[in-house]
Amino acid sequence: MSSIAKVLNWGRHYSTWPFGSGLACCAMEMVATASSRFDITRFGMDVFRASPRQADLFIVSGTLTWKMAPAVKMLYDQMAEPKWVIAMGACAISGGTFAHSYSVVPGVNRIIPVDVYVPGCPPRPEALIYGVMMLHKKIDKRKFRQQD
Amino acid sequence: MDWWPLGNFWAHFAVFALAIIVFVLLMVMVFIWFERRAFGPFQMRWGPNRASPWGALQPVADAIKVLLKEDIVPAVADKWVHFIAPVVGFLPVLLIFAVVPFHDGHGLIPDMSIGILYVVAISALSVVGVFMAGWSSGNKYSLLGGMRVIAQMVSYEVPLVLSIISVVLVAGSLSMNEIVAAQEIPFFVLMPLGFLIFLIAAMAEINRGPFDLLEADSEIVAGFHIEYSGMKFAMFYLAEYGHALAMSAVAATLFFGGWRGPGDEYIGFLWFLLKVFFIFFLLIWARVTFPRLRVDHLMGFGWKFLFPLALMNVFVVAAEMIVWGEIDGGMPWWIVFINLPAALVLIYLWSRLFRFGGGRVGVNA
Ligand code: SF4
Repeated sequence: MSSIAKVLNWGRHYSTWPFGSGLACCAMEMVATASSRFDITRFGMDVFRASPRQADLFIVSGTLTWKMAPAVKMLYDQMAEPKWVIAMGACAISGGTFAHSYSVVPGVNRIIPVDVYVPGCPPRPEALIYGVMMLHKKIDKRKFRQQD
Repeated sequence: MDWWPLGNFWAHFAVFALAIIVFVLLMVMVFIWFERRAFGPFQMRWGPNRASPWGALQPVADAIKVLLKEDIVPAVADKWVHFIAPVVGFLPVLLIFAVVPFHDGHGLIPDMSIGILYVVAISALSVVGVFMAGWSSGNKYSLLGGMRVIAQMVSYEVPLVLSIISVVLVAGSLSMNEIVAAQEIPFFVLMPLGFLIFLIAAMAEINRGPFDLLEADSEIVAGFHIEYSGMKFAMFYLAEYGHALAMSAVAATLFFGGWRGPGDEYIGFLWFLLKVFFIFFLLIWARVTFPRLRVDHLMGFGWKFLFPLALMNVFVVAAEMIVWGEIDGGMPWWIVFINLPAALVLIYLWSRLFRFGGGRVGVNA
């Protein structure tokens, strides 16, 4: 059983396709991560899927307002299992600068479950890559029982 | 089955059918890896390199992940059509390989007398799968993608077939193996214009490169497979690369002399593979170099640029065949010195005309 889980985890580790969506300024850093200087392709993540059905990793990059929240929740629900979420930037983690605002969600974990938090305002691409590697570690630890 | 030289038809059929399926699946894996690695140098990056040395197992990881992902069928989808569309899209790709000669006379039915006609007929079928996917998903964007692919297919099928006609004229046969046998000089040297038209039309036919309008993610999200996930999406992915492989194989057969090359009685298959890879490299090159076309530009380019050029190409080749052609097919080698300048002049003149207003498309044109 554990060897099956190992194979599955290996596949998911090296082929975590991100979902091409961005919310605010942090999205620009996510785009930079995908560009050739930082090259997220190395991890097999070059396939930025435009459709949530085919993506594995939702990088919530930026400020999430209450108005946008239903859309993000719906996008998350539309993704096929297994799926992961990275909260990128101070806004996505806790609301950041706008934490006390009437219109900003204080942390995306109020709406969708988050696997990895990448702090920064905005986080540098290196930080996002580090977060992705943390996520890879998490994927590697999945047991067979947890596999969907 | 008296036309079949190898005795037991069904044994041959079973063995080669299996071999072709394995070949296509393996080559699609290799192609996906090759494309993503080749993107690296083009974009000044590394490309996948973590999954194993040189990222060679990257497609395997992708396959494991995609095949075991959840399969979602939208509530409003037409369930049966939604289910069957990926198969309809992928099947024609496999069928094309039935007539491709991998080696001298080796293949499933490489000397089928209507070989290339069969290829054209079958490869146009995969659009049905794509449109079924677009329609059955119950999503407007996927329907738009499906509509686009039909418009694109209809308009680019014409130059594709016309450029094939010029090959058939010179080779004097429709059979793929005989077309290869007729290529003392590869046809891309004899008919550079024909090859260029074929390549561009093939790129549009397999919806790759600058012509991937049906899944233009900046316009219609993910196009026809927007609602597909898991294994069905993997089928579409497979079909896309399989079609690229099939078109590369057909182009290698028609224009690069298929299995021909020094020592082809022993390593003909390797020559064939090498040429397939070379043509696939050209496709990758075009894909990374050119931005995606706009829909109206696509149609304008197809009907007002490629189509007249393909007609003129057929005319030129036919005239040359009447004057200098040899009885058993083939043209003298010095025809190169006529055809190459003719191709350049035609392309130059027609692109001027196209720029001048002939190619303008718009509401008030
Ligand atoms: S964390 Fe900073 S950079 Fe990121 S979205 Fe919030 S304000 Fe913008």
